Amino acid sequence: MDIRISHLTKSYGEHPVLENFDAVFPEGETTCIMGPSGCGKTTLLRILLGLEEADGGTVEGVPQRKSAVFQEDRLCGGLTAWTNIRLVCPEKDPAEIEKWLYYLGLGESMDQPVREYSGGMRQRVSVLRALWAEYDVLFLDEPLKGLDEEMRQKTAEFLCEHTRGKTVICVTHDQEDIGMLGAVQVIRLS
Amino acid sequence: MISTIFSKRSEKRSGIKVWAVILWLVVWQAASMCIGQEILLVSPVSVVLRLGKLICTVEFWQSLAGSFFRILGGFLLGTVLGTAAAGAASASRRIDEFLEPFVQTVKAIPVASFIILVLIWVSPENLSVIISFLMVFPVIYTNVKDGIRSMDRKLTEMAVVFRIPAGLRVRYIYVSQVLPFFRAGCSLALGLCWKSGIAAEVIGLPDHTIGENLYNAKIYLNTPDLFAWTLVIVAVSVLFEHVFLWLIDRLVKRVEQMQGR
Repeated sequence: MDIRISHLTKSYGEHPVLENFDAVFPEGETTCIMGPSGCGKTTLLRILLGLEEADGGTVEGVPQRKSAVFQEDRLCGGLTAWTNIRLVCPEKDPAEIEKWLYYLGLGESMDQPVREYSGGMRQRVSVLRALWAEYDVLFLDEPLKGLDEEMRQKTAEFLCEHTRGKTVICVTHDQEDIGMLGAVQVIRLS
Repeated sequence: MISTIFSKRSEKRSGIKVWAVILWLVVWQAASMCIGQEILLVSPVSVVLRLGKLICTVEFWQSLAGSFFRILGGFLLGTVLGTAAAGAASASRRIDEFLEPFVQTVKAIPVASFIILVLIWVSPENLSVIISFLMVFPVIYTNVKDGIRSMDRKLTEMAVVFRIPAGLRVRYIYVSQVLPFFRAGCSLALGLCWKSGIAAEVIGLPDHTIGENLYNAKIYLNTPDLFAWTLVIVAVSVLFEHVFLWLIDRLVKRVEQMQGR
């Protein structure tokens, strides 16, 4: 089922962020949302995630099972990468996490608390966590931010491979991300 | 964690030094010798000798156990109910509003007024339990509530989005964030509950307690006994605080380092 947004409005005090916003996010496809800072990209994502209420308009078709890479990593600093990932889906096979961590260059440090990680390492952990969770729609807020070129490429490929056939909504500043993530639709917010 | 590290450093700097303690003991001994009347100022040597004699009696251990378990009971009761009430108040604004006048009143009323008031309602045997509880409850309640309120909202949102089960949320996200606040509350409450618990015993005079012995020392102007029992209270209070906080620290460490495999 597609996610349909119509006449969505949201403002913070006197400052309108979204005004009569309409969009359709096709099921099983990747959509990128682009726009300058402060145009409401993250607000839109938060509304779709159910973390914020819209002032007006309707949102239909958002599945119950959601997953996300937030703008900040939102990891539990005292826990290891392995535990942080396992936390979101404790029933799945834990051996698989190890494989994934090694693939994204985190295998050697997977038993360290993530507070000792660099920004890029934490970003990769949060990407892995989002993919590990059971979901029908994946929200990505600048998922490749803070990664070097090689890791950016590798993480993007990893994301594409593991989100095939899933609904993905990605907020980005970077034009390059659209191609790298295989987006079929781009929505530009002004 | 930064504040913990900072407090540990300053603790090291401001910790009690052995030389300072020895110097104060020398000053005390010299003052006692100058006055020359044990009834006014007993010497540290006499206190230690008296304490040595007391330790060998069954009554000493009976009194120690009598006070310890009552005050411990009050402390644990205050800790459990304070934590539960803080959880409930954080979950519901109405409960928070309902509890606030009670907590503020308990904080404001002098402990002596409480002791006399509670003595009218309960037997002297249970007085120190109730008084310790009343001193501990508001401290734990306030600290745990502050801990819950200052939890990282971003992590709680993450838990909501990923539908992390309640048990795992509490274990991995909430407990590690609230425990430092709980520890600080316990550290403060432990000192309070010993002071107020013994004060309650001195007024209520339950049998076989430290408070009863302090009262007798006062009645018979037995200064060595008074000092010896005071020394016991300080030692037990400090020891209990260290053991309890050590247990909490271990718990914090375990929660923070839980690997999950």
